[in-house]
Amino acid sequence: MTRQMTGAKMVVQALKDQGVDTVFGYPGGAVLPIYDEIFQQNDIKHVLVRHEQGAVHMAEGYARSTGKPGVALVTSGPGATNAVTGLTDALMDSIPIIVLTGQVPTFMIGSDAFQEADTVGITRPCTKHNWLVKDTNALAATLHEAFHVATSGRPGPVLIDIPKDVQFATGTYQAPVKGGSKRYKPQVKGDLDAITELVAALETAKRPVFYTGGGVINSGKAASQLLREFVDATGIPITSTLMGLGSYPASGANWLGMLGMHGLYEANLAMHGCDLLINIGARFDDRITGRLDAFSPHSKKAHIDIDPSSINKVVRVDIPIVGDVGHVLEDLLKVWKSRGRKVNREAIAKWWTQINEWKKVNCLSYKGSETTIKPQYALQRLEELTKGMDRYVTTEVGQHQMWAAQFLGFEDPNRWMTSGGLGTMGYGLPASIGVQMAHPDALVINVAGEASWLMNMQEMGTAVQYRAPVKQFILNNERLGMVRQWQQLLHGERYSQSWSESLPDFVKLAEAFGCKGAKVDNPKDLDDAIMEMIKYEGPYILDVLVEKHENCFPMIPSGKAHNEMLLGDADTQGAIGAKGAVLV
Amino acid sequence: MAALNIKKGSNSHSAYNLRPNFSDVIEKHTLAVVVDNEAGVLARVIGLFSGRGYNIDSLTVAEIDHAGHRSRITICTTGTPQVIEQIKAQLGRIVPVHEVHDLTVEGPSVERELALLKVAGEGEKRVEALRLADIFRASVVDSTLKSFVFEITGTPDKIDAFADLMRPLGLVEVARTGVAALSRGA
Repeated sequence: MTRQMTGAKMVVQALKDQGVDTVFGYPGGAVLPIYDEIFQQNDIKHVLVRHEQGAVHMAEGYARSTGKPGVALVTSGPGATNAVTGLTDALMDSIPIIVLTGQVPTFMIGSDAFQEADTVGITRPCTKHNWLVKDTNALAATLHEAFHVATSGRPGPVLIDIPKDVQFATGTYQAPVKGGSKRYKPQVKGDLDAITELVAALETAKRPVFYTGGGVINSGKAASQLLREFVDATGIPITSTLMGLGSYPASGANWLGMLGMHGLYEANLAMHGCDLLINIGARFDDRITGRLDAFSPHSKKAHIDIDPSSINKVVRVDIPIVGDVGHVLEDLLKVWKSRGRKVNREAIAKWWTQINEWKKVNCLSYKGSETTIKPQYALQRLEELTKGMDRYVTTEVGQHQMWAAQFLGFEDPNRWMTSGGLGTMGYGLPASIGVQMAHPDALVINVAGEASWLMNMQEMGTAVQYRAPVKQFILNNERLGMVRQWQQLLHGERYSQSWSESLPDFVKLAEAFGCKGAKVDNPKDLDDAIMEMIKYEGPYILDVLVEKHENCFPMIPSGKAHNEMLLGDADTQGAIGAKGAVLV
Repeated sequence: MAALNIKKGSNSHSAYNLRPNFSDVIEKHTLAVVVDNEAGVLARVIGLFSGRGYNIDSLTVAEIDHAGHRSRITICTTGTPQVIEQIKAQLGRIVPVHEVHDLTVEGPSVERELALLKVAGEGEKRVEALRLADIFRASVVDSTLKSFVFEITGTPDKIDAFADLMRPLGLVEVARTGVAALSRGA
């Protein structure tokens, strides 16, 4: 189907044809024609944000919670530069989003026009791909290709820069073609020989462990199902990165908890002691591996990843499998079954005995308090009171994020939205709104620290405007907790600029925004406060005043190996050497 | 790098499954990258190298297929085998990149570079410059009473050697194209 229409109309038409129901955006001079088209239709809901960074994080939250691409629409110049953090965040965490930016008219490009920025130049390193469309006739095809590129292979953010004259001009609209672009076709099927090699290794392994990541979730719900089937059938223990939480249920029998810098003792020691490490859709990030030369020293390593550049990037693997996690898992199961469903049950039972010994360490234990709310306690209560609900959790970045990952349990994929790779403070509030837009009836909680939350707090206005009943669960320690922790451990307790001075009164702030807020500082009142927050029909800010100097444990200090974990404050004396201090 | 055993004609899409030996030896590789000839594609390739801290010794680019909108970028780079493998994989991720060939490991290849050298001098030095140019099969493309511009084609090593010889004879300026390379045979 081809027909004539303006570029602006094409944008809206292409979004409809791609199944987009929600766009997060902010108007400005260079996108006015598109906003005019948005005004004249009802199929696509536009969510007016308060800052373009918020729009991109909302699109991310939408994408992560639905598995569909998120869409943001912003203007040229500052609109585009404000989107950069969100784009980088999405690139690091492989989140499919499409960002549409306005641009000055083609004949003014390069003249330092008002609100002109070299958007494709600025965003080239922080997008999977980007386009500047100079011809209205090429616009529709470019928009469709953008969706294809964002969602296929390793997902990621894409950006289309559309000059204003291209929006005004009339051209021929082309509907999307099945199968997407011809030139971008990533490999999805894994090599069968490598898969068979992995099955053979798995059949004899004495101490195998699955190490899964965001790739399982990105691959779709079927991949999580296959993973569960495989893990449960083999009885092999499984751990996951921050990004992969929920692909295997936290209540599952083989679950070890998260691994990595603030991962669980048993998960990290299993990684250190295993003889077969099966990486599924994770990327050996430095938060996971710790000291590289001491990382899982005795294991044969297999790595399933759709991105060839992930393989052998930092850790050398023995069995590389390039392909989509879902496809590879399907073949893996098939081959394993056809070869007689063999595993070394006896050895794995012994392996579990060892792991259960590690579990007894109870690495998440902390010193409780009758008078002060411990952040861990706050999260334990939140988990207890909300776990059966239709719940989505977003976080900001810092200690609270790690505690949330440790203490909240996720039974399903796409329920946990957090900024992993980039570690973007200010991610959680807008992301929670994006999630809520996609799941209007669900309980959406943003577990936040007060400092992170302030970074994008203007988006409370968006939440109120669209009656998005997002729950802001702020663990307020009046500190930049993680920075403070590092300064304590690494910089001689010199707490340079790591406290939150002149904090707003969050209850009054909530009122000012037109929603509800409450403050709680006594452990006895916490349950009631949480229940009140959940029951309230609308956006809500719960200011939880927590212990100010709590440290997040377990912790693998920078430059140390998995078996050199710190379990509590008693372990921290001189734990990090000068070499570790230069690492982040 | 012989251990890599990359089949001739392989591109980034089939080189994934290789098991590189991770030595620390810095190797010099010549990569041929076939890309869509579209705006910004060179910036993507160069940005990849600068952003990830890879080296570029030389880089040439020109359109090779006007109708098909294809350009060929020839990159001479250095790095450990692991870094070289990363460079190839990272290049393969760029959407308008169609093929990545590592000419250094995919079998024998020919490499050529063109250079123009301006040599100024009089008397015996001028005669010597001309004599050496003849030995190197460099041709004179411009001449005044006090200078020559030589054109020389060859491997980068040959051009280095010629430039070294011209230096004491009054070399004033050099322009080099960077390497163009093709695999041998059909």
